[in-house]
Amino acid sequence: MAGAVRRTSTAGNRWTPYLFILPAFLVYGAVVLYPLARSVHLSLFDWDGLTLATFVGADNYVAILGDDRLIAAFGHAFVFIFFYAVLPVSIGLVMATLLTRSRVRGLSVFRTIIFLPQVIAMVVVAVAWRQVYAPDGVLNTALRTVGLDSLTRAWLGDYAFSLPAVGIIGTWVSTGLVTVLLMAGMARIPVEQFESARLDGAGPIREFFSIIVPAVRAETTVALTLTVVASLKTFDLIYVTTGGGPGSSTTVPSYEVYRRAFELGQVGSAAAVGVTLTVIIFLISLVINRASDRATS
Amino acid sequence: MNYVILAVVAIAVLAPILTIVVAAFSPASASAAREGAFHPGNFAVAWEEGRFGQYMGTSVLVAVIVVTLSVALSLLSGYAFGTMTFRGSQTLFYLFLIGIMVPSEAIVVPLFFDLRSLGLTDTVWAVALPQVAQSIAFGTYWMRAYFRGVNRSIIEAARLDGASPKRILWSILIPMGRPAITTMVVLMFMWTWNEFLIPLVMSPTGEFRTAPLGLALFQGQYTQGTALLAAGAVLVALPVVIVYVFLQRYFIRGMLDGAVKE
Repeated sequence: MAGAVRRTSTAGNRWTPYLFILPAFLVYGAVVLYPLARSVHLSLFDWDGLTLATFVGADNYVAILGDDRLIAAFGHAFVFIFFYAVLPVSIGLVMATLLTRSRVRGLSVFRTIIFLPQVIAMVVVAVAWRQVYAPDGVLNTALRTVGLDSLTRAWLGDYAFSLPAVGIIGTWVSTGLVTVLLMAGMARIPVEQFESARLDGAGPIREFFSIIVPAVRAETTVALTLTVVASLKTFDLIYVTTGGGPGSSTTVPSYEVYRRAFELGQVGSAAAVGVTLTVIIFLISLVINRASDRATS
Repeated sequence: MNYVILAVVAIAVLAPILTIVVAAFSPASASAAREGAFHPGNFAVAWEEGRFGQYMGTSVLVAVIVVTLSVALSLLSGYAFGTMTFRGSQTLFYLFLIGIMVPSEAIVVPLFFDLRSLGLTDTVWAVALPQVAQSIAFGTYWMRAYFRGVNRSIIEAARLDGASPKRILWSILIPMGRPAITTMVVLMFMWTWNEFLIPLVMSPTGEFRTAPLGLALFQGQYTQGTALLAAGAVLVALPVVIVYVFLQRYFIRGMLDGAVKE
């Protein structure tokens, strides 16, 4: 009798898994899934956040295409993909190859250092780089020291240079993560592959393109996905370094979401930008992972 | 040659960090400069007058709430997804995965206005709960992967011994999974401590201002006080950097393995 009772309690009943998931799902559903649906809903209204909202259908989405500032914001996000993802992956592939193919000492210390920007709050990173780019900051001082006074400028206040200046900060943050990821992948390449390539007379360049790059395709995909998503989500960096300026020369979609919803009282439009950004993030990660799957199979 | 590359890259990474650390110890004013070049007292001033002590306190409170709740709920849900078979598990799991990709920007606007009409903005829960939910999305994914990797025979043996699912989780799987759980804890701590947009939006009066927010505000208010700003920046970065120095393999492993590959 006691055995039978115990049997039912050990197997648990068929609701057991749902009970284990329930608390997590309640919080997650209430604070992520429901607001996500509400965002889509809000994006169909013209609302200032206080008075009554009017239904406008897809107008907020159509308006994005006609708004120069928003077009610029999305354009900047794509420029940041270059600085956050493409540049770090290129640098990372070369650097990880050099470090993996030659035995150097102190590699673990090096790994600790280059990964460091990943753990520092973006606001702190932004404050530090503002000091670097300041009119009398480190960069201009260095340029004056080597006699390039003509190149000095207020980097973050310059219409032409502020966007790449902020982009470089993204490169600085991403490169370490990408390099460490790729090094982990390269460490798994069997040594025999390099030996047989060398017997075939392959030089380091051919070795790089025909062995190393294909072998770390999975790691490259992960690195690209992580960094591209990070570039599209850039908010704190812009908020602290430039506030989207000068003019609209460094504004990005996530900054426009904040500005429209909480500074300009254009809540519907803000939601539409947020939804568009989310769709772009999902599409781009899908494309990156599809492309990688196809190349592997 | 390789050492040259190592050195150049290491310097490029460290230079901005060192700039801010050096600035943090530099004299805050012309009169302070006459008393010498080294001023650790900046940190005390930033802590008191810059109110960084207060901001750090709020950050600790938020981090404790987020990490505790997220870890507990993720363990439960990850355990169900990883060790039990049930209808709809696939669909439910994909719903959680969405949360890893959804940017805060997509949820923060309706969340603010809905919480405001409930009178919940400017509470610690408005700042913490959205982050709990985001952490749960990752935690469920992460713990499911761990529970799936556990040798089934261990669970079966415990079940035959009459242990309930709760007991198997609590006295066998959690102690065994300490490395995976540590990784999850340090990542959640780092994300929460460094988060900016959610606390910025959810506490409009600034009553629950976290450390990164305090720093951004300080930056906007004082254009002259570079030394105090730098000291504040160092204070804000320090807790995560300290944890990183001691537990860096967990950080690196988590960031590498934690990327969704499915």
